[in-house]
Amino acid sequence: MTNHWIDIANSDCIFIVGSNAAENHPISFKWALRAKDKGATIIHVDPRFTRTSQHADVFARLRSGSDIPFFGGLIRYILTNNLYFKDYVVNYTNASFIVGDKYDFKDGLFSGYDAEKRAYDKSSWAFARDEAGQIRKDPSLKDPRCVFQILRKHYDRYDMKSVSDTTGTPVDDLQRVYQTYAATGKPEKSGTMLYAMGQTQHTVGVQNIRAMSIIQLLLGNMGVAGGGINALRGEANVQGSTDQGLLYHILPGYIPTPTAAMQTLKEFNEKNTPVTKEPQSANWWGNRPKYMASFLKSLYPKQDLDTGYGYLPKLEPGKDYSWLTLFDQMLGGTFKGFFAWGQNPAASTANSNKTREAMTKLDWMVTVNIFETETGSFWKGPGMDPKKVKTEVFFLPCAVAFEKEGSISNSGRWMQWRYAAQKPSGDTKPDGDIIYELFEKIRELYAKEGGACPDPIRNLDWDVATQHVFDPHKVAKRINGTFLTEKTLKVGDADKTFKPGDPVPTFALLQEDGSTCSGTWVYCGSYTDKNMAARRDKTQTPMQAAIGLYPGWTWAWPVNRRVLYNRASVDPQGRPYQPHKAVIEWKDGKWVGDVPDGPWPPMADTAKGKSPFIMTAEGMGLIFGPGRNDGPLPEHYEPMECPVGSHPFSKQRSNPTALKFTGPTEVHAACDPRFPFICSTYRVTEHWQTGVMTRNSPWLLEAEPQMFCEMSPELAKMRGIKNGEKVILESTRGSLWAKAIVTERIKPFTVQGQTVHQVGIPWHFGWTWPVNGGDSANILCPSVGDPNTGIPETKAFMVNVRKA
Amino acid sequence: MNGKTFFIDLSRCTGCRGCQIACKQWKNKPVEPTENTGSHQNPPDLSWQTLKVVRFTETTVDGKFNWLFFPDQCRHCLDAPCKMVGDSEIPDAIVQDPQTGAVVFTEKCKGLDASGVREACPYDIPRVDPATRLMYKCDMCNDRVQAGLLPSCVKTCPTGTMNFGDRDEMLALANERLARLKPKFPKAELVDAATVRAVFLCAVPPSAYHKYVQFGDAGPRPLSRKAFLAKVLRPLRALG
Repeated sequence: MTNHWIDIANSDCIFIVGSNAAENHPISFKWALRAKDKGATIIHVDPRFTRTSQHADVFARLRSGSDIPFFGGLIRYILTNNLYFKDYVVNYTNASFIVGDKYDFKDGLFSGYDAEKRAYDKSSWAFARDEAGQIRKDPSLKDPRCVFQILRKHYDRYDMKSVSDTTGTPVDDLQRVYQTYAATGKPEKSGTMLYAMGQTQHTVGVQNIRAMSIIQLLLGNMGVAGGGINALRGEANVQGSTDQGLLYHILPGYIPTPTAAMQTLKEFNEKNTPVTKEPQSANWWGNRPKYMASFLKSLYPKQDLDTGYGYLPKLEPGKDYSWLTLFDQMLGGTFKGFFAWGQNPAASTANSNKTREAMTKLDWMVTVNIFETETGSFWKGPGMDPKKVKTEVFFLPCAVAFEKEGSISNSGRWMQWRYAAQKPSGDTKPDGDIIYELFEKIRELYAKEGGACPDPIRNLDWDVATQHVFDPHKVAKRINGTFLTEKTLKVGDADKTFKPGDPVPTFALLQEDGSTCSGTWVYCGSYTDKNMAARRDKTQTPMQAAIGLYPGWTWAWPVNRRVLYNRASVDPQGRPYQPHKAVIEWKDGKWVGDVPDGPWPPMADTAKGKSPFIMTAEGMGLIFGPGRNDGPLPEHYEPMECPVGSHPFSKQRSNPTALKFTGPTEVHAACDPRFPFICSTYRVTEHWQTGVMTRNSPWLLEAEPQMFCEMSPELAKMRGIKNGEKVILESTRGSLWAKAIVTERIKPFTVQGQTVHQVGIPWHFGWTWPVNGGDSANILCPSVGDPNTGIPETKAFMVNVRKA
Repeated sequence: MNGKTFFIDLSRCTGCRGCQIACKQWKNKPVEPTENTGSHQNPPDLSWQTLKVVRFTETTVDGKFNWLFFPDQCRHCLDAPCKMVGDSEIPDAIVQDPQTGAVVFTEKCKGLDASGVREACPYDIPRVDPATRLMYKCDMCNDRVQAGLLPSCVKTCPTGTMNFGDRDEMLALANERLARLKPKFPKAELVDAATVRAVFLCAVPPSAYHKYVQFGDAGPRPLSRKAFLAKVLRPLRALG
């Protein structure tokens, strides 16, 4: 989130889309209802009426996979009716930037598309620059090649009728949503957008989020209390996991993983350090070399930086290593072994039959979990003959959350320290201890037997334990970072000398010369002389109390800043746009309130002031975003499996850069009469992820005992299905049974004059337990993904439904 | 009049089942074998194993579609008809804590005519374990309350639906919330506020949520002959 949970209560209008917040993030609703108590409006846009919809003031239905038309229509509405926050748009976004002559968009394709590679050459999306190399701009927003006008032109096609025909949302409902939300464009109002997997799990997932970002920038809703782009993260510590670089494409702290095209640290820094000519841009990623150097030193403090860099594994340039690709490769026999660590891919990954088959190609698997899972037991699952499966599976039972000390990071970026409530039972161990002991053994083997590339293994600083017990405090301190050599630096107005071993107080003091180490630069400041994440102090100033900001409760990255981009919450003179819920204010020559998103004076000080979006090269919010793989502006493409042969916005039916694979497991059904209904997957309050923990919790299973399929009474009548009876769902990838829940909360859509039905299923069940619970929804889902993230398109695909 | 009272603000309920599960957990109740019968409501009803159940109702009220959530539980009536029936058969089978007002079934209930006790309840709450003849219902987590804690369901509720405290404070809160709800929900009402210790605030007419929401909903509840006599004779007993 750019903001945080409590901040939701500060909003005038809460737009929940691609999320069922009341069911899947119940605590979010504590704050949403408090906002309502103060007069806020809740908008809920969803294919079906859920426990969230009951509390919405405005509810609108949309067909799964048609979010970009919905948002495009809102962008058009905002522009046509002049409801954007003009000063904010001119001063804080790239709306005034002139786009280069080479940029073009025609019939669903942006300039630079290579049909063979199925990829764009993004160089034609670059901005126009003057002789000095600075981006050309038109602050009047009138130049036909400025971002603002290109935006207007791009979304001109997204008129309400075309939108309604595509989303299935009645025009009146579109009007009501647009009018309600666009009202937050007034400077004194703020609107927040809450989203989750309903937005991200599409082949246009990232562009869905981009569309929301554009809306929030137009309305001036970024950086303010009760505003922001707020992902309700799908797991208690997934924020922590991405922060610590568990995804293949990033190192901890969102540093790009080096590729083999960057053989030296110098080349890495050159290719990954943005430069800017904008005088008021902080261009914070310009500091990348300091963070990379500090990261290298956190792993290899005794080696020089170049050697440390050489130790890092490198990606092949242009090769995809994302989740779906991993299992596609596994199916092709690429991997000998696989650690399924605290995960259940045999149930969680799109195309379960493919995933489970892929596992049979492994020589060995290690599953670290607290219960038996569909993954650890894949070899005895439905359709498997254990005698024919060669995979040796090791099950390492591990401790549960309450038996481990350490931190988790919530959606609001709060690092929260937690203590162990009890010792692990039996022989189970915390993950930290398992990893620690495993690596000790691996190192022993390298010492004894040699091996390929031994130095990175041998020289890794593995001081993560105290008396052979994993020590989360040690690791947390290393993540924060320390000085490795004596260093005298300017801190504020004075010089300060730091000794080796001293914690680095803030990432502004991290060095490029190897004198500092920091495992994850954004967490620098979290464990200094104090474990900041363990703080539970409710002290606030009156200004902070007015917006529910608790600076002493846990620790938020970066630098305990609670609302990101908060320099956009004030005018260029530093005066809050919303004085009654100010986030920061420039008073008597300094900032008060939240930690300012850059300590510099307000922008009006052209010498020292900086623009608010410090993580972009030019310091501006990106309405035009030339960095994404599928285009600088969101454009509607149908899901890979869809019910219509065409759509009104262009001739390009599906995302031309979407991640997809070939082979018998990769058949996509579009306008296929055998699979006429849209299916989407979702969650319920009572279950968690693939249900490993919750299916094994009797009181929870009692409340939601079986796989179900929600459908409209119209569809049920058409198929002769009665409420509560078993049905079969099938896709090109497999089939499963479910209990029918026939409900008016789902209605058929009218799309391009045709009736289109949608059904929905939870992804919480798996064949291991209970006996009559059902199997994973992902049996039906396609292995296609977003071209930027690879995230699977589990929210819109085609199925058939029939009586069992 | 004091003692304790629940104030249950249904305008905030999201049907999350936190209360239902927390009750199960605190009381370590067994699970019932359930299956999905085409509803999220599970177990389908209160039972000797399920003392709090969230009821789900899809209904259109004044032209607007609603999915209503009703976390059903014992009302801990100030003057409980179940206790009247109990007293008429076995004194102290059903007791009432004079401090908190909690109405509690004891082990002695196994000697009672369970169906008579259930039929006396205007809200259809009491249940019996056919094997042991013991009777079960919500007991206000009286053990927790006496120890200065909140009932389990109240502690867990994330939205402020479940509230609990001294009766006068809860009634004041109930009236304040009713007043704030009225502009958006003109038909909002408090249910049986004067006679029960679990006061529901309904945003739409109570009968939309469930058939046994308010006293009289289900028509006259037959009192057994014994209970009727007990009711009639009570004032005389008080004198003697």
